[in-house]
Amino acid sequence: MTEVIPTKQMPPGLQVENVDDRIMTLNVGPQHPGSGHMRIIVKIDGDYIVDADPDPGYVHRGEEKMAESRNYITNIPHLERPVIHDSCNILYPYVLGVEDLVGIEVPERAKYVRVIAAELNRCIYIQYWLAIYGIFLGHSTMFMWPAGDRELFIDLMEKITGARVTHAYFIPGGVRNDIPANFEDVCLRQVNYFEKRIKEYADIFYDNPILKARTEDAGVLSREDAIRLGTTGSVLRASGVDYDVRIKEPYDVYDELDVHTNVLKEGDSYARSKVPWLDMLESCNIIRQALEKMPKSGSIRTKLKPNPKGGIDEVYRRVETGRGAAGCHIISREKPEPYRLKLSVGSFRNLIALPYLLKGEKLGNMPAVYWSLNYWPVEADR
Amino acid sequence: MSTTETKVPPKHTKKETVPEKTEDTTPAFEKSFVDQIVNQFSDDIEIEYIKENRTKLKVKKEKIVDVAKFIKDNTPFDHAESVTGVDFPDDKEIGVTYHLGSYTDPDYSKQVLALATRAPREETPNPGNDSTKLPSLRNMFYSVEFHEREIFEMLGVYFDGHPDNRRLLLPEDWADLPPLRKDFKNKGR
Amino acid sequence: MLKELVTPQNANVFVGKLGDILYKALDQPLGMAINWGRMWSLWPVHIETACCSVEFGAASSPRYDVERFGIIEAFGSLRQCDLVVVQGTITRKMAPRLRLVYDQMPEPKYVIAMGACAITGGLYFDSYNVLPGIDGILPVDVYVPGCPPRPETLIQGCMLLQEKIKRMKAR
Repeated sequence: MTEVIPTKQMPPGLQVENVDDRIMTLNVGPQHPGSGHMRIIVKIDGDYIVDADPDPGYVHRGEEKMAESRNYITNIPHLERPVIHDSCNILYPYVLGVEDLVGIEVPERAKYVRVIAAELNRCIYIQYWLAIYGIFLGHSTMFMWPAGDRELFIDLMEKITGARVTHAYFIPGGVRNDIPANFEDVCLRQVNYFEKRIKEYADIFYDNPILKARTEDAGVLSREDAIRLGTTGSVLRASGVDYDVRIKEPYDVYDELDVHTNVLKEGDSYARSKVPWLDMLESCNIIRQALEKMPKSGSIRTKLKPNPKGGIDEVYRRVETGRGAAGCHIISREKPEPYRLKLSVGSFRNLIALPYLLKGEKLGNMPAVYWSLNYWPVEADR
Repeated sequence: MSTTETKVPPKHTKKETVPEKTEDTTPAFEKSFVDQIVNQFSDDIEIEYIKENRTKLKVKKEKIVDVAKFIKDNTPFDHAESVTGVDFPDDKEIGVTYHLGSYTDPDYSKQVLALATRAPREETPNPGNDSTKLPSLRNMFYSVEFHEREIFEMLGVYFDGHPDNRRLLLPEDWADLPPLRKDFKNKGR
Repeated sequence: MLKELVTPQNANVFVGKLGDILYKALDQPLGMAINWGRMWSLWPVHIETACCSVEFGAASSPRYDVERFGIIEAFGSLRQCDLVVVQGTITRKMAPRLRLVYDQMPEPKYVIAMGACAITGGLYFDSYNVLPGIDGILPVDVYVPGCPPRPETLIQGCMLLQEKIKRMKAR
């Protein structure tokens, strides 16, 4: 049996125990330009990190406990708040699970509209993540360009749902309302412009020698360790494992569309920052295909009876969000409220890679490694 | 745009004791690897359901480590996706369910195997010092480390063998009942 | 004529009166100048508390540019900032840290409560870990409602704060 608990090669000469007071403990705390809504307690010996202890929980609002006292429909605005700009994707496994429990079918046009909304949301999330990554590395143009370009897709979501973020658009049975009449032309025009625009990011960011020097070989995650640590999403695909829930276990109409994954082999922070960018280019293709193949008319919702209940049953559905595979485990007991609702989110699963990767890194590399794990702290705390 | 009213009965069956009612293709594949596990540990394991792509096994808490080791060595399941803790006050037990997935084998990429155990539950919990204990699966599936810590603070289940049973998400000065228990009620509910 | 008016006996009274005249003449324009300087360079502390931080980030984006109002996200230390924008839900774990951040800022300092969760607890009013509003721990100047508030609403909140500063007495 191979060694299960992964250990990392540290640079020689580093001390781990605190002899002669050589080790200093620092709080990279919730108020820090490089930390987001989380604290990382870091022990350093000179310039190298010898131990890192993540301290999440600053945004722990108790979603799972509150879901037990709200029924299946009133839970929808709650369960989309962990990631407000990617709200369609984080709500997707819950909606699919409730449809399985109650036992209703979704019409075809609603499935296509869902896929389009989910891909638009994925691009909105990845753009914000790239913007914050630029800021952590001190590259403020990389904050302005993605933050400005994502407003195009936010406009599209506003045309469909009426809200910029926190759409509450998916409900069990379909979607809440239909897309407007001339949506397809506007959407195609904006997707074409968006695709040309994000290819220009290569000039300022991905081919930038300063950025490459900062992120290449920082926090290398090998293929076996990525599997053993149970990471997911772009962290996994940047280490050479080809796993995407949209292809392996397709839901809605992903089995009728042509989806490709982007797999890189190096496993360092540069690869982890490149995979979501390539995923965005792939999303543009998916949106174009879905707009072509969508049935031109049809109902967008199957009506639910009031107070939907499941039997004595449990269900576990998975979906690929911008951060990784998210799952929703619902246990129902013949009441309008779920008995237990558990969200398994990509950020919490990737958190285990953080103390593992930071050992032996220089303190200056910490923002590059930490944010490249595609970590959204509000989602991990639920 | 008219909305139609359709109600289709659930696609899956409830118990596997009536196998001829299921769909014809997939549960045979699930049944094959489930049988491999059940034949090894005959009376300590109970099959709860076998559905398309989802299977669930119930294991007694003394045997969970051996079952997990067998699954890791002999089947392609190589990581744990999520760990759920549930409070059953009527049975006076707390259940913990591990969902296992596979990244390496393409035939198993849709399968999610759920391993469920139960731990006894006490009326006044004293997390870490009472009888609500379970063995930890961290040495088999390393990815459960932070999930088990979360179940320790939310439900009060102590994991033997986990090196670091302490708080993860709750504030440091939390002195109340573990929040996900059914006795703990939110304000006004 | 001045030599006859200013005698060694009433010289300090004369100087005191001169001080009074100078103070009265310059207080209002100097106060206005100080307030003008303060309201057009509000630097927010870099603390992101919950989900409204997405809309705060979008407010700094090129479309809703809040930098033209002087609100640059200063990435230095918080000893140079004078505005705390409390974005979103404050949990019991975060509350002491927020108070610590507020205490470490130098005077004059202002607080904007952004989002429904910061005003009254919002959608999470009955959760076990959420503070129902930050009124109990910080003195709030402007409340910006919304869940999350649009970036234009946040900019309107900043403009209301600027008008409040204009009316304040410059210490």
